Amino acid sequence: MRVPIVTFRLANGLFVTLSEDHTAPIVAVNLWYHVGSANERAGRTGFAHLFEHMLFQGSAHVGANEHFEIVQRAGGTLNGSTWLDRTNYFETVPSNQLAIALWLEADRMGQLLPAMTQQKLDTQRDVVKNERRWSVDNQPYGTWWERLPALSFPPEHPFHHSLIGSMEDLSEASLEDVAQFFATYYTPDNAVLSIAGDFDPAEARLLVEQYFGGIPRGGGKPTLRPMEVPARFGEWRREVVRDAVMLPRLFLAFRAPVFGSDAHYVATVLAAILGTGKGSRFQHSLVRDREIASEASAFTFDLAKAADILIADVTARPGISATTLEAEVVREIDRVRTNGVTAEEVERAVALLETALVSALQSAGDRADKLSMFATYFGDPALVNEQTARYQQVTAAQVSALARDLLGEDNRATLLYVPAESQVEASADAEIGETAGAGR
Amino acid sequence: MSTTASSATRPQAGPPRDYRFPFFERVTLDNGLSVIVAPVHKLPIVSAALVVDAGASSESPGADGVAQLTARALTEGTRRRNGDTLGEQFERWGAAMGAAADWDAAVVAMTVLAPRLDEAMALFAEVVLEPVFPERELARLKAERLADLLQLQTEPRGLADEMFSRFVYRAASRYARPEHGSVASVRAIDRGIVERFYNARYRPGGSTLVLAGDVSVADGVTLAQRLFGEWSGATPTAAAVDDGPARTTRAVHIVRKEGAPQSEIRIGHVGLPRNHPDYFPALILNGLLGGLFSSRINLNLREVHAYTYGAHSSFEWRRGAGPFVVSTAVKSDVTAAAASEILIEIARIRADAVSEDELTLATSYLDGIFPIRYETTDSIARALAALAIYELPADYFDSYRANIRRVTAVDVLHAADRYLHPDQLQLVVVGDPSVIEAPLAALDAGPVSVHDAEGKAEQ
Repeated sequence: MRVPIVTFRLANGLFVTLSEDHTAPIVAVNLWYHVGSANERAGRTGFAHLFEHMLFQGSAHVGANEHFEIVQRAGGTLNGSTWLDRTNYFETVPSNQLAIALWLEADRMGQLLPAMTQQKLDTQRDVVKNERRWSVDNQPYGTWWERLPALSFPPEHPFHHSLIGSMEDLSEASLEDVAQFFATYYTPDNAVLSIAGDFDPAEARLLVEQYFGGIPRGGGKPTLRPMEVPARFGEWRREVVRDAVMLPRLFLAFRAPVFGSDAHYVATVLAAILGTGKGSRFQHSLVRDREIASEASAFTFDLAKAADILIADVTARPGISATTLEAEVVREIDRVRTNGVTAEEVERAVALLETALVSALQSAGDRADKLSMFATYFGDPALVNEQTARYQQVTAAQVSALARDLLGEDNRATLLYVPAESQVEASADAEIGETAGAGR
Repeated sequence: MSTTASSATRPQAGPPRDYRFPFFERVTLDNGLSVIVAPVHKLPIVSAALVVDAGASSESPGADGVAQLTARALTEGTRRRNGDTLGEQFERWGAAMGAAADWDAAVVAMTVLAPRLDEAMALFAEVVLEPVFPERELARLKAERLADLLQLQTEPRGLADEMFSRFVYRAASRYARPEHGSVASVRAIDRGIVERFYNARYRPGGSTLVLAGDVSVADGVTLAQRLFGEWSGATPTAAAVDDGPARTTRAVHIVRKEGAPQSEIRIGHVGLPRNHPDYFPALILNGLLGGLFSSRINLNLREVHAYTYGAHSSFEWRRGAGPFVVSTAVKSDVTAAAASEILIEIARIRADAVSEDELTLATSYLDGIFPIRYETTDSIARALAALAIYELPADYFDSYRANIRRVTAVDVLHAADRYLHPDQLQLVVVGDPSVIEAPLAALDAGPVSVHDAEGKAEQ
């Protein structure tokens, strides 16, 4: 199975990938801007995401919230999302509506600022503050999204700070910030446009040139603060959080090879062996056999710069203390580190990864997003066609070697949530403190 | 910034290309099992779904949760293999496999690459036909459900949903109680209860097997006959669910969450059953009221007042009348103001017909996204499963878009008038009473009561 891919670049630097599929009269338009929370300046945490909200507030020829209305009226779905090092915007529409989707994206890439007002900024600031309350502050364990990157990257590192941002920094964001961020990062030479589905390539190319061709190239973006980090943490870090939760939950993170590297494919297989599916180590041992955990999984963050993190995420069964939870998870980690993995485990993990990839590629929107991702990070959307083969090449010996290398006591970060009111847990904390000393 | 003349002009849509929901054929085996095969050869992948009339609505009194427990336990051991072996075997074929029960059905679902379909389906059939429900695995699944219920006490979104059901439906209604069972009911379920439920309800007569993807009709039917041909019996028709309301006058129910930075709000009442003749007008009504991003409630609460990250409404479709509910989370100090705006929007859409322009926002959206819904074999299999569960007509998908386009502004007004009941709304809020109780009382939206996280009324 291969996804057909054609690429070209406009004179202003916009990189375009086209992928035809005429099974259904559907077309997906997907734009990745190579900017995320990592690019925020000090005192402006959360700005990249707030800015994403502003992109739905209209542009020179589009009214506030009209972007949503036009696409939905056209019979399409749409959204945007912000990540540490990229922001994407996407719509899937009936194929006869391709022109309007491209035109909308071009209008806001070219002429956002005429539509920006203080009132719109104030409204979206409050909307985002409510998003923060909803997803972080009023949600059990909700702070893990910001605590784990903070624990995994040093304070001055671009991946250290909160993506959703602090309330204080959100309050400080100004229209000048919007103008500056837009001029610096929302330029055609800092973007990838992918079109996937039912379209005529000649016509699509003409539309792209017509709508995006006149947008001027940017003046270059400032380089990120130093991203380089050592291959391991060099210690066993730990943070214990007392929270309004009913059960202890452990996030155990390991610094891992950067996304896209040969070793990252091995790390992905390792994560799947540990924590994807019923046949995974965690499910088998912690959930089913020993009944320590009510839920257990493992995954990678897929960071394409600096280094990635591999995360074990395990919630205790009622009656299991935080201390026991951590000790049992660490035991599983040590077991895979010492004894390695089997060829059968690799086979299982790779088969699951393969099915997940083919499942995702059925959807035009997912296909376009993967093309944009590989083009943005590695300049080569055709990498989407190599993924299955890359995973199939991973061997048990490679996974075992990586586990030995990665999962040691000098490369662990414990983020442990403990029910706030429990006195039992409070006494368990003292023990945890000792374990921490021993771990270093 | 340069502007070209062409970029100021909005392009028009071209002529739409034809689309049909994937062709499918329906065959009934001699044992009564209905088999639906939808060949879709885009990618070498197949999704299977077995639908059994064994959802929560079919449980006997006192056995809340047995439907979900039975479905989940299918994959925990057969006469030939234990749960670990089963899970590992499915996964070594790359099969994503799982079973779960909702209100109306138990669905065993699997997606697998086409070259492994035959062997994966054989194991799928073994799980359905030969489960042994090991004591130990049942005990573990029960404990996992109890852990979920415990977590719910500090999870305001799920808690608000559960409490809403409890305050909307009368105590005798199964819908008033958690879909997957309560602490007491789950504790009381033993292996005998699970086996009896399975033996009574997991039968070919009344069940449907769906195969969608890279498989022909002939091969799909042959496979079904070979694997399920010896299965026998028929599932007895489940009694209609009691879907009566807890009360017919408005009331405000606060569920205490001290220090909550936000209030989780649910406002609604008993809605409509899935097979209601006004399904399509109700769908459009809901889209315009709170179903779409550009709906009245979302634009009001989010974009005008910035009270929330989002607000939406829905009719939850079940065989019986599921709830109609408006859901949002707002900053605590604007709880009453936000509730008031929701009441205003419900009243407003009942007062005046929507304009033609507003109407087409929902009709053209639902018409247009129709093909986008069925891009994956899994979504096609699930759509066909719904066809079986709700006994929709065979031409349901082919006539869907015309049925959407047929809805008029007058239909929407009638639906609003008949199916939204402002005087029966139950307002359920999970939040901090010290901040929200007095303003909610001042709303004059009905008597206010305060409850703990388990729903017990405080004095």
